[in-house]
Amino acid sequence: MIAILLIFIPLLLGAVTFFLPRGNVSRIVSLISSMATLVVSLLGLTAFSNKKYLQFSADWLPGLGSAFSLQLDGIGQLLCLLTAISFPIIFISTWNREYKKAANFFALMLLSQAGLMGVFLAMDALVFYFFWELALIPVYFLCSIWGGEKRIAATFKFFIYTFVGSVLMLVALIYLQSQTADQSFSIQSFYNLQLDYNTQDWIFVLMFIAFAIKMPVFPFHTWQPDLYEQSPNAVTMVLSGIMVKMGVFAVIRWLLPVLPAGSFALGETTVTVLAVIGMIYASLLAFRQDDLKRLIAYSSIAHIGLMVVAIFSETQLAMQGVMIQMFNHGINIIGLWIIVEVIERKYGTRKLSELGGLAQKAPAMSILLLVITLANISLPLTNSFVGEFLMFSGIFSSNIYSYKILITVAAGICIILGAVYMLQMVQKIIYGTTSAKTENGEDIQMHEKVVLSIIVILIIGIGLYPQSILDLTQATTDAILKEANVLHLLKK
Amino acid sequence: MNALIVAAILGVVMMFAGIITKQKSSIRLLAIAGLIVVLFANVLDTYGFHFFSIPLNGMLHFDKLSYFFTSIVLACTLIFFLLSAKDLEKVGFHYSEYFALIFFILCGIILVSAFGSLLILFLGIEIISIPLYILTGSDKKNLRSNEASLKYFLLGAFSTGLMLMGITMFYGSTGSFSILNSINVGAEPSAMLIVSVLLLVFSMSFKVSAAPFHFWTPDVYDGAPTVITSFMATIAKAAAFIAFIRLFYLGFGNIQSSWQWVIAVITAITLIIGNLTAVFQQSVKRMLAYSSIAQVGFMMMAILSLNTFSIEGILLYTAAYSIATLGIFSVLAKMKDYSFEAFNGFAKHQPIVAFSMTVFLLSLAGIPLTAGFLSKFYMLKSVMLTEKFLWLIILAVLMAAVSIYYYFRLIQVMYFKEGVEPAIEISSSFKWLLVVLAALVILLGIYPQLLFNWFYF
Repeated sequence: MIAILLIFIPLLLGAVTFFLPRGNVSRIVSLISSMATLVVSLLGLTAFSNKKYLQFSADWLPGLGSAFSLQLDGIGQLLCLLTAISFPIIFISTWNREYKKAANFFALMLLSQAGLMGVFLAMDALVFYFFWELALIPVYFLCSIWGGEKRIAATFKFFIYTFVGSVLMLVALIYLQSQTADQSFSIQSFYNLQLDYNTQDWIFVLMFIAFAIKMPVFPFHTWQPDLYEQSPNAVTMVLSGIMVKMGVFAVIRWLLPVLPAGSFALGETTVTVLAVIGMIYASLLAFRQDDLKRLIAYSSIAHIGLMVVAIFSETQLAMQGVMIQMFNHGINIIGLWIIVEVIERKYGTRKLSELGGLAQKAPAMSILLLVITLANISLPLTNSFVGEFLMFSGIFSSNIYSYKILITVAAGICIILGAVYMLQMVQKIIYGTTSAKTENGEDIQMHEKVVLSIIVILIIGIGLYPQSILDLTQATTDAILKEANVLHLLKK
Repeated sequence: MNALIVAAILGVVMMFAGIITKQKSSIRLLAIAGLIVVLFANVLDTYGFHFFSIPLNGMLHFDKLSYFFTSIVLACTLIFFLLSAKDLEKVGFHYSEYFALIFFILCGIILVSAFGSLLILFLGIEIISIPLYILTGSDKKNLRSNEASLKYFLLGAFSTGLMLMGITMFYGSTGSFSILNSINVGAEPSAMLIVSVLLLVFSMSFKVSAAPFHFWTPDVYDGAPTVITSFMATIAKAAAFIAFIRLFYLGFGNIQSSWQWVIAVITAITLIIGNLTAVFQQSVKRMLAYSSIAQVGFMMMAILSLNTFSIEGILLYTAAYSIATLGIFSVLAKMKDYSFEAFNGFAKHQPIVAFSMTVFLLSLAGIPLTAGFLSKFYMLKSVMLTEKFLWLIILAVLMAAVSIYYYFRLIQVMYFKEGVEPAIEISSSFKWLLVVLAALVILLGIYPQLLFNWFYF
């Protein structure tokens, strides 16, 4: 029941929103919808956490071996919660932004939420694929219609990239289905597959390209800074806060356990090297950015790179670290985007060179920005510290990586670089003398304060007591690592 | 059998309707009513109520597939009439004759969907082709229409020659025109038989416009009046396809290994040429012509694999492709200018039409939740089951990604560009019909059993 509600509330209300006459009504409806989704998601964690509420199954395409089956497991709970928390925050923080044809904007936002929920819930490969695309199509229209100047080209690049990835994944999924014993797309049949090593390798490549484009991992990242820069801020928050997690999530659920040998063979060599190169490259590029949005985009690539390295180390610690970090990264980066949104709306610029001196003009915002930035560079007491600490210790204790010291050092350097460019960013925004644009600045409004405070509370709360989230994903992590276990291969 | 005879009678009736009444609306109504009667007759046939009992001597072999396919084609023709019958007026003076020719084409389609003997295949293909030659040239004062018609006729005659040659050699090697049970299982096919199969492959490839036999398609589709192109690109093409698949499924299934690679190569070339050339088109009409070639590439996969998935898939594919293409062409037929720029800002002035067109384009591009995705999915799945042509599958999906470019280009100009209001008349019934079709495309994409339950009733 919970599982199906999480998808159908945004889907139905999204469809209704298209036909609402006025922008303000649609704004309120979408807020109500996202609040309702949040409530359902919280109920799934507390009152209705019994398994029977958390799954749903119905016949769908029996001829093709696909059933419409959904289930909320630990990782699903976590990411659905992230999605459910993010949307109200996004709607409230962009409350004052005017959109032409607002009804369509909010309807598409809700549809993309439905798609995201579906991705995290799907227990059937074809259903997963459907939702994977369903999340993409609304974003295409959102960015192309309401984005910046060069929006059409940037969005199109993104769309072609992801579409190429997803069709390759489709080929892989069809192949895997044809190899299952019962010709079924269900995740359990996929987990039972025993493919030979060569096959696993090239199927891994097909699927990984799709996920790597979404995350994005170097060298498939080139769409990201352009798209983040061009899309409207609310959509950027969805893209980087949640949609990026689709890729990480898909690797954990659909790649590692299904193709253990392929993940082992290519994970250590190719993927890790790409991820580490990407981290360093993105960190260096972040230094040179003047546009706030591009800077944050590159910092996101670096963070995701670390998660990828951690996943393929296949240790309990690192995996738990990735889980919690997915949540944290979502929260933190949405916080940063909210600040960007506020700055852009109030001062009409996103360029670091045109900002400065906001500490005097907007003290509340400056404090909140500082906290979120510190969380983003994983200072102790903040949420990311827990995640990164777990990931690093996991990577370092991995039995799989033979160059783990090298990898850890490289990743550690990126963390330091991250601290440098993020603090530099804060410095340029809030310290120094005021510029022409910030001279008559004013502080943030009440509703913005509230959402940013919620984010800060989450940051500190999780930083102090991460155990609840770790407990939530523990069982899933164990199950996935058990499926993905390749240590017996090492001994041979 | 019911539908065949009723359609033939209606063809004659429509021919004379032009003498009795000059009122175009009554002719149109008569045609639509007649078509509904044909559809009804066919449905009765499907459930075992035959109006006529005629000994067929194995010349025709009606089975579930042929009845079902005929129903799909008749339903698509009904959609075509409802959407575009009014635009047929603009083509020329002989309004009722156009309908008569279309009914004759339907006779041909019913023949090719049920042929048991190669002679009937030949007859059916010719009955389809000759009225099409006439319809292509029906805009008599337009030089391009004449050129298209002549081109189509010359090349069509050539390919018919190839087909006859193939049929002759088939008779020479098996001693029979019947495709059922003529080829022994397990026997090594003779060289003559293989040549005959190849000739049939080539001529049928010509009819469905698969590359490298596609060169007539863009010119003919572009030159013909747009309403006629719409009919040619969907219903007539689907008919040629069903003939193709029937010929190989029933006739040459036993010797699949000796022709499979030819089909694989043709499929690959069709996919590449269709998709890559469509990218460079500046006119929507020409883009759709190439897109139809590209779609044929996917449909050819059904012939390559020949299993239950491919039969189900091709039925879904023809339905999905025909509905989407008919929808887009019906809007195009109302436009004066066929270039992409003419659609600038279309969504602002015609939001409902633009929305439906978007659904059709998404379906053609194969985006999930639309019928186009599932039909492509069926094709990939059926080829995957052969376990031999993985390279083709990967090529196909990459080409599908290329197709995004030209389909989305139209979406982009409609939604994201500013433009002047196009001077077109769109009635509200037309709009709602488009919405219904768009809903149908999505419904088939989510729940294709809707179609298959009929097939397996």
